[in-house]
Amino acid sequence: MSRKPALQGSRPLDLKKGHVDLSHGAGGRAMAQLIETLFFEHFSNDILNREHDAALFSLPAGRVVMSTDTFVVTPLFFPGGNIGSLSVHGTVNDLAMAGGVPKYLTAGFILEEGFPLADLVMIVSAMAEAAREAGVAIVSGDTKVVERGKGDGVFINTAGVGVVPDGVTIDGSKACPGDVILVNGTLGDHGVAVMSKRENLSFTTEILSDSQSLNGLVADMLDAVPGIHVLRDPTRGGLAATLNEIAQQSGVGIELDEAAIPISPAVKSACELLGLDPLYVANEGKLIAICPADQAKNLLAAMQAHPKGQQAAIIGQVLEDSRCFVRMKTGLGGTRMVDWMAGEQLPRIC
Amino acid sequence: MKYIDEFRDPVLAKTLASAIEAEASPDRIYRFMEFCGGHTHAIARYGVEDLLPERIKMIHGPGCPVCVLPVSRVDTAVALATQNDVILCTYADLMRVPGSKYDSLLKARARGADIRMVYSVTDALNIARSNPDRQVVFFAIGFETTTPPTAVALKIAAAEGLANFSVHCNHVLTPAAMRAILGGHENGKAAEVVLDGFVGPAHVSAVIGTAPYHEFTRDYAKPVVIAGFEPLDVMQSVLQLVRQVNEGRAEVENEYTRAVTPKGNQKAIALMDKVFEIRDSFQWRGLGAVPDSALQIRPHLAAFDAEKRFALELPVPRENKACACGEILRGEKSPTDCKIFGDPCTPENPLGACMVSSEGACAAHWTYGRFREAQKAEALA
Repeated sequence: MSRKPALQGSRPLDLKKGHVDLSHGAGGRAMAQLIETLFFEHFSNDILNREHDAALFSLPAGRVVMSTDTFVVTPLFFPGGNIGSLSVHGTVNDLAMAGGVPKYLTAGFILEEGFPLADLVMIVSAMAEAAREAGVAIVSGDTKVVERGKGDGVFINTAGVGVVPDGVTIDGSKACPGDVILVNGTLGDHGVAVMSKRENLSFTTEILSDSQSLNGLVADMLDAVPGIHVLRDPTRGGLAATLNEIAQQSGVGIELDEAAIPISPAVKSACELLGLDPLYVANEGKLIAICPADQAKNLLAAMQAHPKGQQAAIIGQVLEDSRCFVRMKTGLGGTRMVDWMAGEQLPRIC
Repeated sequence: MKYIDEFRDPVLAKTLASAIEAEASPDRIYRFMEFCGGHTHAIARYGVEDLLPERIKMIHGPGCPVCVLPVSRVDTAVALATQNDVILCTYADLMRVPGSKYDSLLKARARGADIRMVYSVTDALNIARSNPDRQVVFFAIGFETTTPPTAVALKIAAAEGLANFSVHCNHVLTPAAMRAILGGHENGKAAEVVLDGFVGPAHVSAVIGTAPYHEFTRDYAKPVVIAGFEPLDVMQSVLQLVRQVNEGRAEVENEYTRAVTPKGNQKAIALMDKVFEIRDSFQWRGLGAVPDSALQIRPHLAAFDAEKRFALELPVPRENKACACGEILRGEKSPTDCKIFGDPCTPENPLGACMVSSEGACAAHWTYGRFREAQKAEALA
């Protein structure tokens, strides 16, 4: 890319050894240079490249779906991803859970003075890669720099828009007694992967975060079963929080079968060791689907045929229950509730 | 998970359930107290209750260190943490425990107090080493299981001359609490519910061994079966208790042979004895003042005793009057008998000790078992 006249004469950014300083957020040449050599370089697309303060685009026919999410995960780099890829997956998945086809994202960065530019390059390039993989374009952005000690390296906000095709009506209030509950794979991987890198708790594990975009999988699922009632990604609070939300919104009860819930042996062991319940641990690449019982087999087959749903399973069913309890048949043969989480299991996992 | 799944096996659980059903006499009620919160949690989490006949009543004991800590000691922790140069280190469970006026360590932290959640006392030592200008206080709680690590930390601190480290000792003793339950120490009142036996502690017994429980078989004629924390351990111990009751025996039996020996961990016992001595009396949430039921740091380590270093005064604890924790911890009432259970007392807003930790009787029932009342009500209707 040829240098813009405004940047001619300024020293090139040292992306290997340099650090973020206050001038990178001050609106002057240094900020323009950071935007050009880093963000434009990685996110380049026709809409962004017009360099307007706001992105201008048309959307295909259908209802528009919009969402925003802010990412404060610590540590910034974790096995299987980093805050950059996570910030794309999180918002793409929020749009996909409404049955939307994600189209465009915006990205807002809050950088802390002193943050290594080399780390920022890795984060931005992971965002760009995640956006490409999900088929979305990052079309507008913002950069702010805060003084040392007033941030935690990088915080990222992404917002996204997408389009919900006609005929798709997915809603948390649509779970009906008799419906079947499915999940696309193992639970708890993201939370445990992040935790394994915490300063005060490092333990050796090969568990990778499951952080991934789910819009491709959702598209295949809707092709197979257009009448899916509910989709939701069990992020913070895990499966337990998500199912309790759905039970409340739909005014139904839920019964899970513990033996059918896929959890990897490594996650089970880590949770055992740390006294955590994997049903409450966060995921960033998993979804819960609820559909009529007679379509569950088709949906399961469609999920298992997709690379992001190979370990999909039917894990429970929706019941009539005015108290909206989520219950589980335990592996041992008893029954217990899967309640809302009290307090928090783990802070800042996304 | 090898060595864990075996103890959660549904086929074995069914076999044990059938054996208990066959051997428990249909003409009587069996009341067994599982002393430990770990057992309470296992019973609730795995739905063990569904596999036991109705005539076997599991009574949830006081073996949850967070639950039995009196309000005054939580207040002391908050007061300590709010001092300017102090870093207070504690196990995460304690953060939400309510002190007086709905205050807690979590709220104190939000107000600016430097409170660190640690997984082990070793982390607290490391924090002290890397913050030589700050006073680092480890707020130590727990039964005999967590006491040896605290003893090790005190020994290391003394050897290193780690002058900015101290321990606020709240360690309590299991046998004393069992005695209090059987003798009814609170206000001199004897427990109204007659227990038929104890599911004895798991990890505690790995430290103290089986010997300390003989007084309960000898002096109170109560069978004790020491059991591991897995659901099949609990069921096996219930079967053994049923057999003892049926045969009129009161013996100490050890179901948890993979971890517990008659003499326990002699090294840990010797170390605890070097570092700690018995307190004359300790105030328990729910049980009241219980003599000889807790430990304090021996005088030769007074320099590392936060109670001495900070000249702490312990106000007389005041419990919520509507709370039935005392009766619940003694087995006289079940959680649902308490007027404030579920409204307003919940795990998010715990008013009493038993609702605080997931190992507490009320929290376990609220979190895992409260659908049962609804089921029973429906069945009646």
